[in-house]
Amino acid sequence: MGLKEKCFKKSLWLFHFSAGSCNNCDIEILDCLTPKFDVERFGMKLVGSVRHADVILVTGIVTRKTRERLKEIYKQAPKPVVIVAIGACACTGGIFASGYNFDGPVDKVVPVNAYIPGCPPKPEAMLAGIMKLLNKI
Amino acid sequence: MGKEIFYFLIFPGLLFSGVIGGFLSWFDRKITARVQFRQGPPILQPFYDFVKLLAKETIVPLKGSRLTFLFAPVFALFGATMSSVFILLPALGIETGFSGDIIVLIYLLNIPSVCYIIGALASANPMASVGASREMKLILSYEVPFLLVLLSIVIKADMSIKLSEIIAVQSANGAFIGSISGIIGFITILMCIQAKLGLVPFDIAEAEGEICDGVAIEYSGSALALIKLTKYIMLFAIPALVVLLFMGGMNFVGINILWSILKVLLVVLLITLIRNTNPRVKIKQAMKFFWVWMNLFAIVAVILAIFGL
Repeated sequence: MGLKEKCFKKSLWLFHFSAGSCNNCDIEILDCLTPKFDVERFGMKLVGSVRHADVILVTGIVTRKTRERLKEIYKQAPKPVVIVAIGACACTGGIFASGYNFDGPVDKVVPVNAYIPGCPPKPEAMLAGIMKLLNKI
Repeated sequence: MGKEIFYFLIFPGLLFSGVIGGFLSWFDRKITARVQFRQGPPILQPFYDFVKLLAKETIVPLKGSRLTFLFAPVFALFGATMSSVFILLPALGIETGFSGDIIVLIYLLNIPSVCYIIGALASANPMASVGASREMKLILSYEVPFLLVLLSIVIKADMSIKLSEIIAVQSANGAFIGSISGIIGFITILMCIQAKLGLVPFDIAEAEGEICDGVAIEYSGSALALIKLTKYIMLFAIPALVVLLFMGGMNFVGINILWSILKVLLVVLLITLIRNTNPRVKIKQAMKFFWVWMNLFAIVAVILAIFGL
């Protein structure tokens, strides 16, 4: 394992994109930053701009309005970038899969590296998912 | 010539202050984490961040000015490194043989902020221009009290504008923080460096929540790595300047090494605690705070210094 890969794994900056979710997954993502879970132990932190991001966390079904935005966000991120679909909606569409505004799921729009199911997924599940992904890269 | 390049690139300059600044940045994050009852990042975290950013792709905005955008972080890094050299050479007791370096320092310490503004305006991003205008207003507000505090120091040091003579006066008569004007000046300069470093009560220019990192919003990859390195160096250089001006400088002989390290850590600890116990203020409040209260404090410090207190 080279220095580059090691540093990439040790310092993941997360960008959070909500593609029309009910905000439940978003709150669970913020839970990862709280003292109980504390993702900063692994060097992860939330950043405000997608230009700084290494991981894009996508939550929610992809609606017709957010589809183009998601594509644009993916284009604007500096590569290498990892995309993680969080929650049942982002993975499959969930209970909204037959809705009139459903235009996803995420992997139809952008390439997804990891799926974390759950409605919402527990913070433990998110950490485990990202760790598994890191060991695979 | 070779000695100057060594000073700039290796010993008090780029490499040394980058490494120490990275360590201080870890210290800052660790203290923040402990204040919030968290575990905090590992000690090599700033190094990991820096190398990762160097290896990433650098994106240049389509509508911005390419050359200005990419060169602004380089000049910011240059200004930070030069100021750390000019602060650390007298602090370490190496004679540079030129008088008035405190005046040069005032300009050098402003170069990083000015370069952030130029780079942000060259990126053609609306959020970045909001950040740049806030940074500009912030410079206008903290610069006057900062200069007044420097003036009080100069008056106390018998009208000497040379850093090594300021240290010499302090080692003869005791550190300046022991006097009343010294304490008032120390409080004022602590607030000014909080704004200079862009830390929380005055991080209006790079507010993550509202304008998404403001001035740095469009930077990615190695350009962002240079900005991070500039911030690390400034996090070392400015506390070192405060130690030099108020606490009698640093000494690297025998047990004094420990004292010097503790002095710098103390200043960083103070600014970290201020940053962790305060909310972000609005730009209007920040300007009012500096122009009214901090100027008042600084003027009191100057008057007390004239009377020798």
